[in-house]
Amino acid sequence: MSTHPFESNTYVQSKVLQKVPTGIVGFDQITDGGLPAGRPTLICGAAGCGKTLFSMEFIVRGALEFNEPGVFMAFEEKAEELVMNVASLGFDLDKLQNNKLVKIDHVHIERNEIEETGEYDLDGLFIRLGYAIDSIGAKRVVLDTIENLFSGLSNQAILRSEIRRLFQWLKEKEVTVIITGEKGDGSLTRQGLEEYVSDCVILLDHRVSNQISTRLLRIIKYRGSLHGTNEYPYLIDEEGISVLPVTSLKLLNNVSSERASSGIKALDRMLGDRGFYKGSSILISGTAGTGKTSIASIFANETCSRGEKCIYFAFEESPQQILRNMRSIGLDMQGHIEKGLLHFHSSRPTIYGLEMHLVAIHKMIKKHRPSVVILDPITNLITVGSVSEVKSMLIRLIDFLQVEQITVMFTALSLNSVVNEQMDEGVSSLVDTWILVRDIEFNGERNRGIYVMKSRGMKHSNQVREFVIRDEGVEILDVYLGKNGVLTGSAREAQQLEHATDEVLRNHQISRKDREILRKKMVLDAKVASLKEEFDSLEEELNKSHIEEQLKKEVLEKNRGELTRIRDRDSYNNSDPAKNVN
Amino acid sequence: MEKNTPALELRLYIAGKTTKSVNALNNLRTYCEKHMKDQYIIEVIDLLVQPQLAEGDQIFAVPTLVRKVPEPIRKIIGDLSNEEKVLVGLNIRPVKALNE
Repeated sequence: MSTHPFESNTYVQSKVLQKVPTGIVGFDQITDGGLPAGRPTLICGAAGCGKTLFSMEFIVRGALEFNEPGVFMAFEEKAEELVMNVASLGFDLDKLQNNKLVKIDHVHIERNEIEETGEYDLDGLFIRLGYAIDSIGAKRVVLDTIENLFSGLSNQAILRSEIRRLFQWLKEKEVTVIITGEKGDGSLTRQGLEEYVSDCVILLDHRVSNQISTRLLRIIKYRGSLHGTNEYPYLIDEEGISVLPVTSLKLLNNVSSERASSGIKALDRMLGDRGFYKGSSILISGTAGTGKTSIASIFANETCSRGEKCIYFAFEESPQQILRNMRSIGLDMQGHIEKGLLHFHSSRPTIYGLEMHLVAIHKMIKKHRPSVVILDPITNLITVGSVSEVKSMLIRLIDFLQVEQITVMFTALSLNSVVNEQMDEGVSSLVDTWILVRDIEFNGERNRGIYVMKSRGMKHSNQVREFVIRDEGVEILDVYLGKNGVLTGSAREAQQLEHATDEVLRNHQISRKDREILRKKMVLDAKVASLKEEFDSLEEELNKSHIEEQLKKEVLEKNRGELTRIRDRDSYNNSDPAKNVN
Repeated sequence: MEKNTPALELRLYIAGKTTKSVNALNNLRTYCEKHMKDQYIIEVIDLLVQPQLAEGDQIFAVPTLVRKVPEPIRKIIGDLSNEEKVLVGLNIRPVKALNE
């Protein structure tokens, strides 16, 4: 489970075991290059685990991709059967045989037809194989499965020594060999082939749990090479075998500091005002009916509105159902589907095992290259695998998505059961942002609360906010603090109403006071006016007396003057008549 | 008619002149002379010379004796040291048995 320590050292590299790539997706990665060149490899496993297919793919890919012709010696199936079996994988064996890239030799062993007397050896097989190898210049050989010799021949002593000689001979031929062997009780193969093949042993396993099968591959030994020791899930589909390494070997993904809006402004504000990091993983978990799918759909809608692609993997609802439901909250995503920005992929989790799901997701992603992927809900995957299997699948998925710089949003249903708490925790340690939507039951009603449990690398709100789904969409309300803490639902509304009433009352009170003051003012003003009047009258009185005085004075003056004048005239007339003449 | 088409057509596959091959051929000749005189043909194929022929008769061990005629094809592998087994394998009634 690590990289090759010699990788960087070219001097050592030349001495290190040479390897032959199989061309099987993922296998060359976990073996750090493929199978040991010029040596035999044993592939063992129970019936139906894909031994023949694995070895056939080794031959065909060798011929097609690495220009190494190969001989397939079949002890079980006839050449025509083999051709037919692998035709479904798109391998045209007939053409390859005509082009001398592949040679299929069927060794028919039928006990009824064979009688043994005395000494013999398997030179016939050697010669046939040698002839086949030489005729096309083969570099790869498959013996599938050599154990059939044991059922056809009874002299075990001869067989064992001959098989030992065969491997020695093949090594001298410098061909890379795969030998397949059926798994036996308590041993890797029924006939103990592993004792002859000491270079590389690969075990294929096919396990069924809860009616769902998982194929697992394990490298039991690989001489002269480091290798992953884990069990690697592999699967067989129309493109052959693909082995999926559990995790990418290195944690060296590029990270983006770009942000993507969640589509809900208030939620963005809770996440440092700018939403999620691009290429990060987001978990929305919550109990049933808390609006997880709504949040996911809004995020999908937002992504498509920006003109980016989004794939929505729905494990519970059909696309039509989601579209209809989202229309009820004012979200119409039909347009995005028509434009090819939004892709739905609905499947029941139980339709196939986790690995197939993973591959289906991989394939969809490779095909559409989205910038956002939504998985709704991952909790349902539990029905097809154990908690740890789901976790390991999600690790691989997140790894893959991070390498591709794709933002992923999971929704998870949390129940108050132990298993699902584990589920939450199991996944939550992987994700970058974890948003919890939960019920707040209070005052005889159920409301939704939303909060950010964690969000790596950004400042985020620590507040529980109320999350409301309306006809126009979802809304995250501001924290509403009442006397007894944060209030939600009708309690909040009641509190709001109370506040409004208080407001009205207060306003009313204020206006009454205002009016009173106004009135007082008016009274005072009136008083001021009357005083002024009083003052005016007083003033007038005063003026009047002044004027009277004045008038009196004037009149007196006048009278006096008059008198004086009158007197003067009298004196003139009387005393000095001469002056009067003047 | 018997002279034109022998009752027994045998083919012995060997790989070089090894002890086993020589023994097998000698044993076979002895049995045939004894029990099927003038009624058999033995064709010896050395796979070292003609390796391409190994596939046709599904040969994997040597020496292998193949009874081509009469049908069905029977195969006996080994140096044919056990006379009884060879005769049973070739479905030949031993002369001795007839005499008794």
